[in-house]
Amino acid sequence: MAYFLRKLAFFVLTLWAAVTLNFLIPRLQPGDPAEAILRRLGGDQGPSTVDPAQLEAIRTMLGISGENIVVQYGQYIASIFRGEFGVSYTYFPYSVTDVIGDAMLWTLVLVGVTTIFSFIVGTLLGTWAAYRRGTRVDGVLTLGSTFLGTLPYFWIALLLIYVFAFQLQWFPEGGGYSSTVPGLGGEFLVDAFQHAVLPAVSLLITGPIGWILAMRNNMVQSLGEDFSRLAVARGLSERRIAISYGARIAILPSVTGFALALGGLFGGTVLVEQVFNYPGLGRLLVEAVGNRDYPLLQALFLMTTTGILLANLLADVAYGILDPRVRREVSA
Amino acid sequence: MSGMTTGSGSGGGDLGEGRGGGPAEQGPETVSIGTSADEQIARARGRRLPAWFIILWRDAKCRVGMIMVASFALIAVLAPVIAPFDPKESVGAGNLMPGQDGFLLGTTDRGEDVFSQLLIGAQTSMLVGVVAGVISSIIGLIIGLVAGYRQGWVDDILSFLINLGLVVPTLPLMVTLASYSPVRGVWLIIFVISVTGWAYGARIKRSQVLTLRTRDFVEAARLAGDGTWRIITREIMPNMSSLIVVGFMGAALGAIGGEAGLSFLGLGDPQTVSWGAMLNQASTGSALLIGQWGWVVAPGLALALLITSFTLINFGVDALSNPHLREKAPRPATRRKAAKEATA
Repeated sequence: MAYFLRKLAFFVLTLWAAVTLNFLIPRLQPGDPAEAILRRLGGDQGPSTVDPAQLEAIRTMLGISGENIVVQYGQYIASIFRGEFGVSYTYFPYSVTDVIGDAMLWTLVLVGVTTIFSFIVGTLLGTWAAYRRGTRVDGVLTLGSTFLGTLPYFWIALLLIYVFAFQLQWFPEGGGYSSTVPGLGGEFLVDAFQHAVLPAVSLLITGPIGWILAMRNNMVQSLGEDFSRLAVARGLSERRIAISYGARIAILPSVTGFALALGGLFGGTVLVEQVFNYPGLGRLLVEAVGNRDYPLLQALFLMTTTGILLANLLADVAYGILDPRVRREVSA
Repeated sequence: MSGMTTGSGSGGGDLGEGRGGGPAEQGPETVSIGTSADEQIARARGRRLPAWFIILWRDAKCRVGMIMVASFALIAVLAPVIAPFDPKESVGAGNLMPGQDGFLLGTTDRGEDVFSQLLIGAQTSMLVGVVAGVISSIIGLIIGLVAGYRQGWVDDILSFLINLGLVVPTLPLMVTLASYSPVRGVWLIIFVISVTGWAYGARIKRSQVLTLRTRDFVEAARLAGDGTWRIITREIMPNMSSLIVVGFMGAALGAIGGEAGLSFLGLGDPQTVSWGAMLNQASTGSALLIGQWGWVVAPGLALALLITSFTLINFGVDALSNPHLREKAPRPATRRKAAKEATA
């Protein structure tokens, strides 16, 4: 029980630390969001043309009217509990919640599907490589994934755009859909699917690699443990040892990693969404940063971190249940 | 990842991060029986650099990796001499294809020589990789050593920091830090990557120290009256050298990928020529539209090769310290298990 309580305490503490970090980072940096918003609304005229009265009005509206940082912190925490994240500067007058809600579905579908697929394929290939360790299959899989893993994936994405969007013109070069108003008709879904193909492929090329290598190395290791050697001594078949002894133990860390990867979905995949101009959370983050959109940035950060922390907590709990040895360990 | 690694940011760098409460924590169960071969390697590695080097050199993958890294370093150092043009100067017509008008890799939309940019870009990647790699592995080493060696509240606080560093999404954090800074430059990038990239190494080193601190030789040193610092530097650290090398390689990889990612997002120094920035300009410029493939292919390939060379060296170091990963039949658990577990 102490194990689970510790994990819960860690979750709460980390969440608090992340919320505080989240509050502090943008404020530690120079730059005035009110000025930025005015400049953007009025075209790029520079700070000399900014009207002070207008600036003050926007500050008041955004709730950053010169109050001291402790008061702001209190208000920030309170608003999180109320689920209010304010108005986005970039997409003024839309609320941050609306903007994120719109972007979230795109990321969840694209990255969710590719993450699950990568995990399944990668884990299976890793198991295969470990089962056939030392053979050509293992060599090809290990070296192949190592080589593919060194390719920067935004570069792969650029090459895909070059070949399949510009040269062959099979797919659109970017965006999430072509029509201006997204609906739910069949035509829109087909269109959205066509836009998702290239980003998905670029994620799938490098996606399984981490899972392959992790599963292979963990399994090679668990096959060298005493319990596997005992199984060999008992004369069990090689396949049975690989599956019931090697893979069963080796998959535990991968399951944890998978939980974290799913938790990380809420952060989107910044680089891929940027390359493809895909309307998801990652691109939103880059936009928020570019426009000094504090409310949007903070909400995105909070979502990303909470997602990962929650996944971490769930993974720890699952791990504690699946592997009793972990619970007995004193160190966190 | 690590890493940008990253969300799922910078390729390999981030993959490490995704492994959360993984096997590194199971260190204390390690059996402390070493085969004689491992003892020899450990002794050679711990005391004499030449022997250490020879063992690495014998590993084919590692040898290729070391030659590649040395070549990149040479190119980086000689870049100002061998680059045919100033990389930021318009020296020809815009958007020339590779080979046209004598430009090996063509020109950018502003008429800059892509080949010269590629050579100078090696400087940025090597600099960021080595410096940020060193800084973040030193931070990770110190925090990991102290957290692992001391117990009680010191360990609790440091472990909390490590875990916090592990779960806070790296690429979004890097993007935020970099974008809010008043000055853009290579050193900002190095700073951002160093402060976001130390946690994974710290965690691995902490679990390694946990397994080492109760060993007989450490106990003996303590009974002999050696101070904490002396025990850490003289007794514990020499037994972690392969882990430290692997940790540095991993951190350097993450840093190179991180710099490329940040520059690609347009958050680097606009004055600095780097492979990430080249890809950013190729992407926003018209490289893809008009098919100037040299501008797109060259920087990405250079990045991939540099990352490959670091990975190859890591393989060698890894295989050296971890019998399971050698290309022979698996052997029983050894005292090096914790190190391998951590890097597996």
